[in-house]
Amino acid sequence: MNTTRFFAALLGPLLLASHSYAASLLITSGTVFTGDDAPPSQMDILIEDGLIEAVASDLSATEADQMIDAAGRPVTPALFAGITAAGLSEIGMVYEAVDSRLNELYTGLMHPEFDVRKAYNPLSSVVPVTRIEGYGYTLLAAAFGDRTISGQGSLVRFDSGFDSFEGKTTIFVNVDGYSGNKIGGSRAAHWMLLETAFSSLTAKQGNGLWLTHNEHPLINQDGRATLKDARENGIFVFRANRASDILQVLAFSRKHQLNAIISGGQEAWIVRAALAESGTPVVINALDNLPGSFDGLGARLDNAALLHRAGVTLLFTSGETHNARKLRQVAGNAVANGLPYEVAIAAMTSQPAEIFGGTPRMIAPGLRADVVIWSGDPLNVTSSADQVIIDGKLDPMTSRQTELLKRYLPTEPGLGRAYINP
Amino acid sequence: MRRLFFALTMLLIPMAIQAQPEAFPSTYQAPPGPPVLFKNATILTGDGRRLDETDLYIADGQIQWVGAGEIAPDATEVDAGDRWITPGLIDVHSHLGVYPSPGVAAHSDGNEATAPVTAEVWAEHSVWPQDPGFSRSLAGGVTAMQILPGSANLFGGRGVTLKNVPSISYQGMKFPDAPHGLKMACGENPKRVYGGRTQAPSTRMGNVATYRSAWIRAQRYQADWDRYNQAVRDAAEAVENDSSGASVASALLTNTPPRRNLELDTLAGALRGDILVHMHCYRADEMLTILDMAKEFGYRVGTFHHGVEAYKIADELAENEICGALWADWWGFKIEAYDGIQENIALVDRPTGGCAIVHSDSDEGIQRLNQEAAKAMLRGNRAGLDIPPERAIRWITYNAAKSLGVHEQTGSIENGKMADVVLWNQDPFSVYAKPLRVYIDGVLRYEQDNPSLSPQSDFELGQLIGAPQ
Repeated sequence: MNTTRFFAALLGPLLLASHSYAASLLITSGTVFTGDDAPPSQMDILIEDGLIEAVASDLSATEADQMIDAAGRPVTPALFAGITAAGLSEIGMVYEAVDSRLNELYTGLMHPEFDVRKAYNPLSSVVPVTRIEGYGYTLLAAAFGDRTISGQGSLVRFDSGFDSFEGKTTIFVNVDGYSGNKIGGSRAAHWMLLETAFSSLTAKQGNGLWLTHNEHPLINQDGRATLKDARENGIFVFRANRASDILQVLAFSRKHQLNAIISGGQEAWIVRAALAESGTPVVINALDNLPGSFDGLGARLDNAALLHRAGVTLLFTSGETHNARKLRQVAGNAVANGLPYEVAIAAMTSQPAEIFGGTPRMIAPGLRADVVIWSGDPLNVTSSADQVIIDGKLDPMTSRQTELLKRYLPTEPGLGRAYINP
Repeated sequence: MRRLFFALTMLLIPMAIQAQPEAFPSTYQAPPGPPVLFKNATILTGDGRRLDETDLYIADGQIQWVGAGEIAPDATEVDAGDRWITPGLIDVHSHLGVYPSPGVAAHSDGNEATAPVTAEVWAEHSVWPQDPGFSRSLAGGVTAMQILPGSANLFGGRGVTLKNVPSISYQGMKFPDAPHGLKMACGENPKRVYGGRTQAPSTRMGNVATYRSAWIRAQRYQADWDRYNQAVRDAAEAVENDSSGASVASALLTNTPPRRNLELDTLAGALRGDILVHMHCYRADEMLTILDMAKEFGYRVGTFHHGVEAYKIADELAENEICGALWADWWGFKIEAYDGIQENIALVDRPTGGCAIVHSDSDEGIQRLNQEAAKAMLRGNRAGLDIPPERAIRWITYNAAKSLGVHEQTGSIENGKMADVVLWNQDPFSVYAKPLRVYIDGVLRYEQDNPSLSPQSDFELGQLIGAPQ
């Protein structure tokens, strides 16, 4: 035993109590979901220096600085939290603490160069609140607002890093009826403006500003450069729910050779064959089953199951930031309505990373050790994360909310709750 | 002469004591439901008991017996061996019908946001019975719900309790003899809405001053009616005692009835306890302020809604017999919701007499009250509070019925109560649990995968014709 390991063993219990980092960590007897759509199997997982070193049915002979007996509990890669403003929105209605949107429409109808990553705050209370529920990463979004292109974001890891961004630059485009009404009275206005912006991306204009048909600012040179680059290397997330809108996205993306993803997709099941043929993934909220608007008259609970059966790749989002932790319940409901269980697990773990160009998120040798040990079925409301491991480190499993609980759980407040400081 | 006074008095007495006939009365009548015997079910009774492998018999719209008893020869038998039975779920906080789907501007009928005190409006007059949300929540096991006005106003108006049965009118859904609710709101919403118009209230102290001014008017209104009613009674008594005709005449002539006022009718009803107070309030300190105000004016707060900080005053709520209608995990959408924790419901449930309720305030959440309760139960158990399913089910059944003042009629599986019953495919506290059947007053109103027992609103009919299946 080398000295590092000796001290680690000695300090093990202490390290567990704080943000602990062991050079090596062995998880034994997990029911391991690797993150693809394979069924789980009983496995041990060895983690070294933040990476998964080995996954095998019996690694108990291996020495490690720390060991956790999963005792048959499910183990998954850390989950995807959906499309959120985590780290961009501390409190929804405290607008000075919300940075996910660019409000002033008059500065231009498209701002793909508006990059929300500049505003990301990993120390936001929302990040640990989400992380301790088993979530390891999210797609940071420029909120879909009234304008056609709201901005750009990318994946971000919940590892407290200030620049833990990964994956491809992702542009957020809104083509739904609600914003169509705001932008010109018709959703066709979105396509008119998008066509203008994309049709001659290489052409130059003197003052640097491209104007609409009525001389309103459409997009500036930075925005055009962003679109050009994103067309080559990025991803375009289109917010669309109505079947006809989804087909327009497919046609436009084909014409301009965009790597497109549908977000919303309440009526995606109607055009599932076209989605499957084009290989376009769809991000849905599997709880959507009401005609909340005339864009979503076809919303139904088996949307996920129908899309999957047709060969469409699925992801989930809840539309929530503060309660993004609800997403595994969303996935669980998709399973309750016909989606195969392992497909839902893949949609919550490896698929989003793959689609948005992040580092692979599976439990496999050589990959980042972002792993969660669950008290039970990770998609059920009856279980929760027992231990989150990010980058091979045991998360202390604390958030502002766990601290509030510790303050208010004791029945005797003593001198007052303010003196109970966990 | 004496006979004339007597006749006048007799005319006036009913008018005085029963100030007005019930307006917009319920027209709901359950059709006859055939008798059903559920065999070997796991029953969560709603009032804290769990009965394994137990039979339940419903007939004539009522729960006839639990355990053993006689059955009618034509009773249908349902093998519930692997099934669970709970009372019908009840949501004390819904805006179905007043903020229906689709959520277009012309359907936005939940907030009469034109004045901070609009106790005169009734949510039922905004309810659109064709909201598809009703049938969705029926498929989630919801048999009754309170539809409330929104929280833009300090006094938002009256709430109405509905049976979750499809109807052309809300009167056809109205829970017979359920008391009205009065929706009130604390905190950010009223002061934002009116402060933004440089109008009172723009602060929390403005909120409280405005409530108190309204209660003072209501007290005066009540006193006017009390005085009038007393005068009529005195007149009747005088006639009875053969007092001088002159004094009787004088008593009658000088006491014309006070002018009815819809706003003050509601507020005075709340002061008398005929209308139950449902108070939207997030912060612990504000809830305590409201309790003091209720003492000042002698009324009862029935239920605090949302109460994201209710866990900080769980003991005070239990001591004052006030329910907390709460979310499992919502937080952070505004600063008064910043201290939300997932153990809130379990902590409010903890003290003796604690009355915790899971409410939805959401057309999605109302479809999955069982899942919301499951999350709250999990958090309580992880905090060491030891909450079994038979305890947690109270949060969405009996306690909710109590909050709405209908717990004598529904909310638990007890002999003689309304046969509002859900048959589940499994333990309801699971993401995979689904109602197989939902009975309201003994009538099978929903059955899974049975199109003839899956009601659909007029709005949904004939949509998306031509869509590939």
